[in-house]
Amino acid sequence: MKQSALRAAFPATVPVLMGYLAIGIAFGLMLNAAGYNAVWAFFMSLTIYAGSGQYLGVTLLSTGAALAQVALLIFILHVRHLVYGLSMLEKFRDIKGFKKFYLIFSLTDETYALLSSAQVPIGVDAHSYYLWVAVLDHSYWIIGSVIGGVAGALIKFNTEGIDFAMTALFLVIAVEQWQSYKSHLPVLLGLGATVAGLLLFGPEKMLIPALCVIIVALLLLRVKLEKAEEQTAAPVGQADEERGDAP
Amino acid sequence: MTTAGAVASIAVMAAVTFLTRFLPFALFDRGGEPPKVVLYLGRVLPPAIIAMLIIYCLRATSFASPDGWAPQLIAGAAVVALHVWKKNNLLSIFGGTILYMVLVQAVF
Repeated sequence: MKQSALRAAFPATVPVLMGYLAIGIAFGLMLNAAGYNAVWAFFMSLTIYAGSGQYLGVTLLSTGAALAQVALLIFILHVRHLVYGLSMLEKFRDIKGFKKFYLIFSLTDETYALLSSAQVPIGVDAHSYYLWVAVLDHSYWIIGSVIGGVAGALIKFNTEGIDFAMTALFLVIAVEQWQSYKSHLPVLLGLGATVAGLLLFGPEKMLIPALCVIIVALLLLRVKLEKAEEQTAAPVGQADEERGDAP
Repeated sequence: MTTAGAVASIAVMAAVTFLTRFLPFALFDRGGEPPKVVLYLGRVLPPAIIAMLIIYCLRATSFASPDGWAPQLIAGAAVVALHVWKKNNLLSIFGGTILYMVLVQAVF
């Protein structure tokens, strides 16, 4: 039974295999360049399991950010997970115990996309199928980041500039959001508030004030932005699902 | 950063990431509607946060001489152009990063 669920799940995860290996390798290389070897990459990918979060984590580690700042930034970066969880409540309702815990833990962008659109083949246990998709995706991510960490240590090449992978990842996400969101006000607000934060508070203290301004401004603009959303009548969560961020 | 500090930092990242994934199940698995304002922020915050992080990534940019801003601008534009053109995450990310590495190591 289990084996057939694995056999059914694997083909669905192949695109994620390619993506996670590549983005994971870049993460391992970046982390290595920041002074943390493959063992660190392994444990970060095992326990955190979030692409944009771990990319940001490299910077947080190398700048020695305070724990409260780490917590706040990671929380805000992952606010979108709240939306994913809400749309998986029904699907996971009958799953119990550690299986449920693991499925919730491993709900990355890609795993969410695969599970929310999953067509479980006839004769395959749906819960085992979900679990295998989750386990396979997680293992690709861990393997990729360890390969990157080991390669960074073994192959001595000039890694100057490799941290641009994080900027590139966020730019890709931004392009996809720009194309799928009708209102560009949140993006422009984010840009404006952060540039202001940088100019007023400097590179070390810019994020918290920028974040506060962004949240307050979005709450003040709620009526206007919800009106814009209604006009497009896009289903909630669709934009996130199609973004295709790393885990 | 000390080893203990790094371990603590990673533990916080893991705990908070899990919290964001677990909260909807903790709060709403037994039925009940999430507050509308939470759903609203869940939709509009992500693009603003990504914009914020792009600026954060580029915080060391300096306009004193071209090597302080031109590599970021050229490679950033390449990422956007590649992604609009091919819509391939890996191509955009790796193309842009390799271009940036060449620019900072060999050109500027």
